Amino acid sequence: MSTKKWFGLALVVLALLALPLVLTSVGTAWVRITNLAILFVFLALGLNIVVGMAGLLDLGYIAFFAVGAYVYALLASPHFGLHLPFWIILPLGALFAGMAGAILGAPTLRLRGDYLAIVTLGFGEIVRIFMNNLSQPFNITNGPKGITLIDGLNVAGMNFTATHTLFGIPFTGPAKYYYVLLILLTLVIVVNLRLQKSRIGRAWVAIREDELAAKAAGINTRNMKLLAFAMGASFGGTAGGMFAAMQGFVSPESFILHESILVLAMVVLGGMGNVWGVLAGAMLLSFVPEFLRYTVEPVQQMLFGKLLVDPEVLRMLIFGGALVLTMRFRPAGLWPESRHKLEMNEEK
Amino acid sequence: MSGEVLLEARNIGKRFGGVQALKDVSLTIRAREIYGLIGPNGAGKTTFFNVMTGLYPRDGGEVLFGGVPLELGTPYLVAQAGIARTFQNIRLFGNMTAIENVMVGRHVRTHVGVFGAILRTPGQRAEEAAIRRRADELLHYVGISHRANDLARNLSYGDQRRLEIARALATEPQLLALDEPAAGMNATETVALRKLIEGLRADGLTVLLIEHDVKLVMGLCDRVAVLDYGEKIAEDVPGVVQKDPKVIEAYLGAGGD
Ligand SMILES: Nc1ncnc2c1ncn2[C@@H]1O[C@H](COP(=O)(O)OP(=O)(O)O)[C@@H](O)[C@H]1O
Ligand SMILES: [Mg+2]
Repeated sequence: MSTKKWFGLALVVLALLALPLVLTSVGTAWVRITNLAILFVFLALGLNIVVGMAGLLDLGYIAFFAVGAYVYALLASPHFGLHLPFWIILPLGALFAGMAGAILGAPTLRLRGDYLAIVTLGFGEIVRIFMNNLSQPFNITNGPKGITLIDGLNVAGMNFTATHTLFGIPFTGPAKYYYVLLILLTLVIVVNLRLQKSRIGRAWVAIREDELAAKAAGINTRNMKLLAFAMGASFGGTAGGMFAAMQGFVSPESFILHESILVLAMVVLGGMGNVWGVLAGAMLLSFVPEFLRYTVEPVQQMLFGKLLVDPEVLRMLIFGGALVLTMRFRPAGLWPESRHKLEMNEEK
Repeated sequence: MSGEVLLEARNIGKRFGGVQALKDVSLTIRAREIYGLIGPNGAGKTTFFNVMTGLYPRDGGEVLFGGVPLELGTPYLVAQAGIARTFQNIRLFGNMTAIENVMVGRHVRTHVGVFGAILRTPGQRAEEAAIRRRADELLHYVGISHRANDLARNLSYGDQRRLEIARALATEPQLLALDEPAAGMNATETVALRKLIEGLRADGLTVLLIEHDVKLVMGLCDRVAVLDYGEKIAEDVPGVVQKDPKVIEAYLGAGGD
């Protein structure tokens, strides 16, 4: 890399490091919103492996987020009286979610497209319903009430729920989570990029492009698809664990179909298969609604002197309209995979 | 040309509903020969490829490759055993570049897994470089290296056929099975294809060729089998097959296809 590039990178890193301090001064809520957005980027990049690279339309992805969240919740809360450290539970959550991914993927191996979507949608719901009902005969998940008082992260004796002051700068709980999430996000981006440019990533894309030809070219499509499901799911599980730690509370209603669709929308809007596109898509879909939440009302007040349309309705209308327009004019997503872009330029 | 037997198909049968696409087809391909498989449209040639490469389940019979029964039904094992193929209706990975298509063909001969890829181990980097180098060589070999970074779907018809051959060669086959490779090619392209196939044989490969262009088959093949309504009606050197009344009948009966 040239010095200029290094300099640019250093600036970006500095900005990212300073971000929570700036946001805290605006309002701690924005740090939380940012954290949730990063979590969604994480989820979207996990789903990108399954949908974007391997071309397997998965509508139940949030189930793996749920698995990770519950693994964390059960092993670090008064519910079972277990309080294992996060560096054991987070990987364990990823492992369990990955196994769930492979188990749920196995019966779908012969399905494609719409059929696969329907079955995965069903699986997603089944997992949620399990969480809802596994309170009898043994109380495992505590049913719809969910699990409370989940331990926050605790790194080297530093409890993440309290505010710490370092060099005279106060670091709130959410700000600290932000830094952990940033590290995890960097990891997931690197993993995505490296997989994409590897023998495994190429096999996934080949399956997406033409499964029969991929088979004939010597790819064990069964194993590769299971691997895609498991890899994607383990990212979902990691995100779920962080979610449980940050919120301190999990319940089945956080893992509804709507969330699966939202993550899928992030992948599709950004540009399936392109890591940076997916990242941008997830950021947009996380922040724009929040931004609208804080602006729709004041803007109406300013323009008309009163509230004409319910902010929640208008917010969703603007949001939905923007999605429809994007898909109409940029069907491959805002930042499509470069291979698609190549082709579109050629057609012009 | 009497090398040892490379592939032996025994009594292969395949039925699609009411259509008996293959009926007790047996044939023997020797190492380093160019073996032609001809017959009127719908005779079952492509079906034979699909069964032999494990893409379709068969109703009966078996295929021995180098004396070992092939695990039919698991195409990647067939590829691993050393059989590669192309498709009559070209099947490339359209949104991948030409070189990536060939690199996919290296999959079956390479090993690095997920963790190697994520950690970028020295072994992974060396293997990746070797994959790219080999793919590059193969694009040169089939004569389309100037299109290496173009999307497969944007290549011309003839170049796509070549790319499919390069991808097949990337799996390091002993037997290369080509399904109507000259279909849709012009005269110049066909001549180039013929040279390519002869070159492959010179390099030690065995070629199984389905072809409609009778002139190409007769000029190129060491031996030819003729399928008609799923049955093998002749198998011999081209000169003999050409004069076989049953073969003439089959072709005339099918409207001089
Ligand atoms: N997937 C399939 N499903 C149903 N029938 C098929 C299928 N593939 C081939 N057939 C039928 O099998 C017969 C042989 O076809 P095929 O092997 O493609 O012939 P060829 O390649 O010699 O022209 C034809 O009657 C064809 O309609
Ligand atoms: Mg055919």
